[in-house]
Amino acid sequence: MTNDTRLALARNLVAALEQGDESVADGLLDEIAGLREKQLFLEVGRLTRQLHDTMASFAVDSKITAMTEKDIPDAKERLQYVITMTEQAANQTLSAVEGLLPVSKELNEQAEQLSDKWERFLVREMPFAEFKDMSAEITKHFDQSKGSLQLVQQGLNEILMAQGFQDITGQIIKRVIELVHDLETSMVELIKISGNKGVESRVDSEPDLPGPVVPGVDDKKGGVAATQDDVDDLLSSMGF
Amino acid sequence: MDKNMKILVVDDFSTMRRIIKNLLRDLEFTNIVEADDGKTALPILKAGGIDFLVTDWNMPGMTGIDLLKAVRADPELLDTPVLMVTAEAKREQIIMAAQAGVNGYVIKPFTAATLKEKIEKIFERIDG
Repeated sequence: MTNDTRLALARNLVAALEQGDESVADGLLDEIAGLREKQLFLEVGRLTRQLHDTMASFAVDSKITAMTEKDIPDAKERLQYVITMTEQAANQTLSAVEGLLPVSKELNEQAEQLSDKWERFLVREMPFAEFKDMSAEITKHFDQSKGSLQLVQQGLNEILMAQGFQDITGQIIKRVIELVHDLETSMVELIKISGNKGVESRVDSEPDLPGPVVPGVDDKKGGVAATQDDVDDLLSSMGF
Repeated sequence: MDKNMKILVVDDFSTMRRIIKNLLRDLEFTNIVEADDGKTALPILKAGGIDFLVTDWNMPGMTGIDLLKAVRADPELLDTPVLMVTAEAKREQIIMAAQAGVNGYVIKPFTAATLKEKIEKIFERIDG
């Protein structure tokens, strides 16, 4: 609304009042008031938008605060628990295997010895006294096999049960992935609200010893040996 | 290859030490000692009698690459064959290990066959 428009309206209003033209004067008064209201609405609209943005940034802010205060420490605990569970499962499996290896080795050795003797018996190269010894050994071997195979069964069950960690750790890790996703969303919103000043800063946070290559993440840029064959090729190209 | 040779297995994860130990036992090596990083491994090596060193790279205290360098710098130990068993797979790291004088490099996760093959290759070269 320019000054000229207002001045023109005011002059028209004075003229109408002097002439006693009530209806024209009322119309002009409405028009002047309308102009004022329109400006007021624009201002209120602007303030409302500003308030909304501030509220939104406040909401994102408090969401991130809640995440930093509670969800992230929780996630660390959860991941720590994943390490504990996988370690337990590995130890349980290793103990079962270590317990069974000597059992199966012993049975294997017994079976080998007996089968040699049995061969000699079949080609009638065995004196009767030795045959009697062999019979006793076979009986002993059967007895021991029963006990040993029970141990094997038990050990295999332990190994089977130890794999239960996969379900639990899978669920825990999924929850942490969700948290990372939420955190990512909130941070993107925050960056948008803050006007995305867009300071392009690429920080290369690759550690000195990056550890295991995760397919699709660490092998994209190249420069890593994805398989043992890659390692062997590299070393042989160096004259190894 | 002498099956009675004394082997030192160095890894900060006890489960990995157990796996390697069991695989070595399966290959009929029974004389095995363990350490959980370079710092604890070095005194064992210096005490003498270790014929073969199997080490991880990334360990707290002292890393496998520093252990390898320390072994190669020690006149008493420099001929000890060293096999690195590690998850580190960057080309520059493998080259670094080769330049530091590693005899074999196995990346985790590995198979029993790979470990066997690398050990055999190392001792073929030494014995031959």
